[in-house]
Amino acid sequence: MYDTIAAISTAQGVGAISIVRISGDEALEIVNKIFDQDIYKYESNTINYGHIIDKDKIVDEVLVSVFLAPKTYTKENIIEINTHGGISVTNKILELLLENGARLAEPGEFTKRAFLNGRIDLIEAESVMDLIDAKTESARKMAINGVDGRLSSKINKLRDKALDIISNIEVNIDYPEYEDIEVMTIEDIRNYSKELNKDIDDLLKTSESGKIIKEGINTVILGRPNVGKSSILNRLLDEEKAIVTDIPGTTRDIVEGSIRLNGVLINFLDTAGVRETTNTVEKIGVEKSLSLLDKADLVLLVLNNNEKLTKEDKELLEITKDKKRIIVVNKIDLESNIDLDMDYVKVSAEKNNIDELLDKINELFKLDEINDGDMTYISNAREISLLKKAKQSSNNLIKSLDEGIPIDMLEIDIKNIIDYLGEVTGESYDNELIDKLFSRFCLGK
Amino acid sequence: MYDAIVVGGGHAGCEATLALAKMGFKTLLVTGSIDKIAMMPCNPHIGGSAKGIVVREIDALGGMMGKVADKTLLQMKMLNYAKGPAVRSLRSQGDKVAYPKEMQRLLKEDKNIEIIEDMVEDLIVVDNTIVGVKLSGGEEINAKSVILTTGTYMKADILVGDTRTRQGPSKTRPSLFLSENLEKLGFKILRLKTGTPPRVERSSIDFSKAKMEPGDDKLYTFSFDDKPYYKVEDQEPCYLTYTTPETHKIIRDNLEKSSMYGGIKEKLGTGPRYCPSIEDKIVRFADKERHQLFLEPESRYFDDIYIQGFSTSMPHDVQEKMVHSLPGLENAKILRYAYAIEYDAIDSRDLYPTLETKIVENLYTAGQINGTSGYEEAACQGLMAGINAGLKMQGKEPLILKRDEAYTGVLIDDLVTKGVRDPYRLLTSRAEYRLLLRSDNADLRLRKYGYEVGLISKKQYDKLIKKEENINKIIEELKEITIKSEKKMNGIEFVKRTENNIYDIEDKLSTKYDELELEQAEIQIKYEGYIKKARKEAEKMRKLENKKIPVDIDYDKVPNLASEARVKLKEVRPMSFSQASRISGVNPSDIAILSVYMKRYFNEYK
Repeated sequence: MYDTIAAISTAQGVGAISIVRISGDEALEIVNKIFDQDIYKYESNTINYGHIIDKDKIVDEVLVSVFLAPKTYTKENIIEINTHGGISVTNKILELLLENGARLAEPGEFTKRAFLNGRIDLIEAESVMDLIDAKTESARKMAINGVDGRLSSKINKLRDKALDIISNIEVNIDYPEYEDIEVMTIEDIRNYSKELNKDIDDLLKTSESGKIIKEGINTVILGRPNVGKSSILNRLLDEEKAIVTDIPGTTRDIVEGSIRLNGVLINFLDTAGVRETTNTVEKIGVEKSLSLLDKADLVLLVLNNNEKLTKEDKELLEITKDKKRIIVVNKIDLESNIDLDMDYVKVSAEKNNIDELLDKINELFKLDEINDGDMTYISNAREISLLKKAKQSSNNLIKSLDEGIPIDMLEIDIKNIIDYLGEVTGESYDNELIDKLFSRFCLGK
Repeated sequence: MYDAIVVGGGHAGCEATLALAKMGFKTLLVTGSIDKIAMMPCNPHIGGSAKGIVVREIDALGGMMGKVADKTLLQMKMLNYAKGPAVRSLRSQGDKVAYPKEMQRLLKEDKNIEIIEDMVEDLIVVDNTIVGVKLSGGEEINAKSVILTTGTYMKADILVGDTRTRQGPSKTRPSLFLSENLEKLGFKILRLKTGTPPRVERSSIDFSKAKMEPGDDKLYTFSFDDKPYYKVEDQEPCYLTYTTPETHKIIRDNLEKSSMYGGIKEKLGTGPRYCPSIEDKIVRFADKERHQLFLEPESRYFDDIYIQGFSTSMPHDVQEKMVHSLPGLENAKILRYAYAIEYDAIDSRDLYPTLETKIVENLYTAGQINGTSGYEEAACQGLMAGINAGLKMQGKEPLILKRDEAYTGVLIDDLVTKGVRDPYRLLTSRAEYRLLLRSDNADLRLRKYGYEVGLISKKQYDKLIKKEENINKIIEELKEITIKSEKKMNGIEFVKRTENNIYDIEDKLSTKYDELELEQAEIQIKYEGYIKKARKEAEKMRKLENKKIPVDIDYDKVPNLASEARVKLKEVRPMSFSQASRISGVNPSDIAILSVYMKRYFNEYK
């Protein structure tokens, strides 16, 4: 039997209400100990008025939602206590639940229960996790698409294609003398796998967008001192002051600030600290800055319009040449002395003129398309890695075809493709193939 | 008092009896008719895709099917040669007279075997343990173990048109009460169905209208101990012909006369999906203009031709018209009409992987009674049931072949884990590790087991060890050989290339190796990468296989299992997590729940 778990389900902080949720067999029993009404008299899916009490003392006036097993999110009894919010009251209620027999839920444990109790499949479970984590509207949309299975259907389509090839090969093997059955030729398989590769590539490409939607674009602003880097950052943040978010206490403690551009978070990471303690540009490459560059989705390299390129500028250009970057030439209100024969955007932080930079970011990440387009993105790291494995198998397949390996050996790669794609959606191979064999082909003795 | 009684003398019964006798047990074979022991009532093949590999596995373990087939065949083919070594499989046209005769000779010669003609109609069970059988006349015979290989004989009904006759194949006697008595003991009984096509007289067929299909030019044997008994030019050909629009019209016009399509009103047993009757094919694949039919000789000693692909349950007059609508068969004389046959089987999930029943101790079942179809499927089960009954009497550990060791293991695991809905045929697609389960390496996979249980002699075993050594020697030698083609490479690199083969550089080896040893070395070198991948997959399965589930686990006490999974787990009672995960209706979430529960279960009991 799983034990009973409890957690604060709403974001911590000051809000109109907070919800404390408890799930498990003993949920009713535990709540009853701290509630001034008899919870057992309520029907499922009802909201009921009462007070949370601590040894006869009223803690808060609350509304209690009762959801009885099995038709609940976790398939267990769930009680949700809607409190008047506030960190101390909410925490107090949680503490009372824990004192009376509940265990503090781990992050995502309610969803894990739903999965373990067989209510939702793996993709749904992961999508729900994403929904909880969703920081912006786009991410929320993406999560919802996962929940109603559009992602599953896209992957299943790819998987069905592989199943088609394999069932045809199988039938050729098990019934070698049935000449009137279409014979799967090497050429057919090659075409199929090329098509498959392209489809997986497309999904993987959208996966990059998926990551961007969920986590935002991590942007490093680089430049030697006094090129106006800080004022560009300030300008960017000022520009969108109303939605600037600080994310303290996260692993991204270097985030200076975030803005939202077309609904996508752009996190600016500053390297200033590092540079100010070192004298030479060469040292930028070392330590933290370099690892920061590795993780960055975008580099803004800031140069000064008023000056010729320095040695340091040139080295920064060299270091970042393989990164996704925008060369930002600042101070265009001053005289142009810069000698740069590359594409760049012109801004003037001083004159509050950074539109060209924002347009460029939009263009580079196709942010418009992300928002308008189909929201079915692969976003989860596990899903991406499975898709990459599927693609690796598909590449092996093409290589083997080129080498003239016989058809029975090729199958191991096709089967892997089916397995990896199945792992994304939680489908198993099992009897599917044999059912397919018998429904599609006419065989007999 | 016998050590063992084998009930039924078909392909399962023969292997079970011979294995027990060879292991030293006094064994009684009870058969309805001694003359019909090891008969082939349906198609004339031994082997076929996947099945040919099973015949080799039987031979590797010490069974007899392959050796008897080698001695009596009419034609031999290596199927799927070009599709690669993993799916190659031998198929012979057997001789329906010579094959049973040879098998009967082996049984009769063995001093540990007695054969009687009778029907077993009941089992004697004391404390859930078998102690003997009761014959049709009421006589009781005792034994320590009993193996049921009843084939299609339990409550057999022959169906033709609108008639149903309680009868076994070829007008033999059916078993009338055994399945009812099994049901009383607690077995779940299934009703299954299969069919067979008409046989026509060879001399009445105009073969010039059909395409000849000869045997292979290369000689093969099923057995690892035999040299070929036949000559290439002595093989009997088969012929290919097709149904015509006229055939299809006759069938459509008479459809309701077929037993399957209304001829017989009551509900019928479940037929095999992989070999539908010709009526089924015409109904289900209505857009196909024609269907392939093979005309196959059945024996050197009589004149029957088997029309493969033409099985039907039409009344005799319609069968006449159907046969005469075929090219070359306009004037054909039907010697025996096609029929469908219905019979009782048990639910194979009532078996352990040893083929011992969970309901009655020391009772084993093999072959069609377990819901399978096919001579080879039956034979390998008979062999395994015989081996395991013998091992149990010796107080030894059972022999359970894993899915990565043998098609036989795949077959039995499917039976005890998934059960059957329709008669089960082995297909290469059922084996997920088939790169490992090849025709060429059946001896390397299984002979050691045959030796351990006492069915393979020291001499045969030494031959295997020698072969293994030689294969390794060839590989070692190839590493040292330098080949100069466009660039310098060693022998291994040379053989790895798809365009090369080992025979190109055979003369560079220190000595003349056997052809099969060279072939084996070549396959191991050429497909090394793929074989490794398959092994890796198999190891994952093995790990789960090692996570055992206690037989006495109470699934009602496992919380949160989905109700379907709970029902299935209670039915199957899997022995490992690997087996549990293969049960349809048991989802990954159920496996996760079970694994959490097991952790606690074990912690509590430690």
